[in-house]
Amino acid sequence: MGSIKDVFHRMGSPRFFYNGSSLWVRGLYIGGTLGLIIGSFWGLVLAPPDKYQGDSFRIMYIHVPSAHLAEMVYFACAMAGFVYVVWRMKMADVFIAAAAPVGAILTLLSLASGILWGMPTWGTGWVWDMRTTSVLVLLFLFFGLIALRQAIPRPDRAAYSVAILALVGVVNIPIIKYSVEWFTTLHQPASITFANEPTIETSMLWPLLVNTIGLYIFIAGVILAAMRVEVLKREQATEWVRDITRSMQR
Amino acid sequence: MPPLRRQRLAVVLFVLFGSALTIGVVLFALQENIDLFYEPQKIVGGEAPIAKRIRAGGMVEKGSLDYESQGLGVSFVLSDLRGSRFEVRYKGLLPGLFREGQGVLVVGQLDASRVFYAKEVLAKHDENYMPPELVDMGPES
Repeated sequence: MGSIKDVFHRMGSPRFFYNGSSLWVRGLYIGGTLGLIIGSFWGLVLAPPDKYQGDSFRIMYIHVPSAHLAEMVYFACAMAGFVYVVWRMKMADVFIAAAAPVGAILTLLSLASGILWGMPTWGTGWVWDMRTTSVLVLLFLFFGLIALRQAIPRPDRAAYSVAILALVGVVNIPIIKYSVEWFTTLHQPASITFANEPTIETSMLWPLLVNTIGLYIFIAGVILAAMRVEVLKREQATEWVRDITRSMQR
Repeated sequence: MPPLRRQRLAVVLFVLFGSALTIGVVLFALQENIDLFYEPQKIVGGEAPIAKRIRAGGMVEKGSLDYESQGLGVSFVLSDLRGSRFEVRYKGLLPGLFREGQGVLVVGQLDASRVFYAKEVLAKHDENYMPPELVDMGPES
C-alpha cells in the first residue's frame, strides 16, 4: 500500500509529473496514430458495406469512437473533480483544464459525424430526440468547464467551482447512455453492450474496436501533452521551470 | 480519513446525490414529453391528439406499401408488431432506407378516423450491421 500512496503523492508534484511524462507523450502519440491508421483503413476500405445502409454505415468508424471518448473524457473530468474537491490535488485540476477543450472537440466531432450519418440514412441531419439533445448538453458542459475557469480570477476558487460543475454534470452521462432505452428516439440503441453479443457482424466489428482503442491512446497522449503545457504555465515562476526555459533559449 | 476530508467527501456525495435526484425527478415527470414519437398503441388507443402536428413511429407492415398510380402519393401501415396498427398517407420522396419491415418515424397530423397524414418520413435504422452476402443466411429473410 505504501508504494501506491507514494506514487499518488509524487504524481501530485508538478515537477515530477513534468519530468516523468515526456516519453509517455511520444509513446502514446505513436501507438494511437498507428491504431487510428490501421483501424480507419480497415473500416473505411477493407470492411464490407452494410446490407441496407451500404457505405454510409462507415461513418460509424469515426462517430462511435469520438462519441464514446467524449463521454469517457467527461467522466474522467468528473473523477478528477472528485479528487480535487476531497484531496485538493492540484494535478487533478490541471487534468480538467487540459481535458475540457479536448472533450469539447470530441463532442463536436461526434455531433458532426452524426449529422453526416443521419442525412443519408434517417433522411434528416438533426432531430431533437433525447440522445442527440443530451450529447448537445455534453458539449455545453465542456464549454461550461472552460468558461467557468476563465470567469473566476482566483485560481483556487476557479478550480473548486470547475470541479463542482464537473461533478454535477456527470449526471448527464447515464442519460446519454440510456436515453435510447428509456425514451423513444430516432437514434438506434447500442450495438455493443455488456449483456448481449454485439449486433455488428465480426468483420465490421474489429476495425471499430481497433479505432476505438487507437483513439483512447491518442487522446491520452493529447491530454497528457496539454497537461504538461498547463503545468509549465502554472509553475512558470519556479526555479525548475526557469531552468527549462533557460536551457531552451541557449 | 481526516475530518476535513470526510467533510469534503460528504459535500461531493451531497452534490452528486442531489443533482441525480433532481434530474431523475424531472425526467420522470417529463417522460411523456421527452419521448420523440407516439407508438402505434397510443395512436390507436386515442392518447395521441387529433389534428395537431405530432410524430409517430412504428414498423412498416410487410405488404402494406401502396404507391398511387400517379404522382408521388404513397400509403402504408405502421405497426408495433403487437397488434396495434394505423394507416399513413404521404406525398413526397421517401428516405433511401425506407422499405417494408423497416422502422420509420412520420411527422404530420392524425385525422378523426385515425389516418395519419405525414408531411415528413424519416427512416429509423436499427443497431444491426451485416455485410450483404450474409443476408441469405440470416433468419430475417
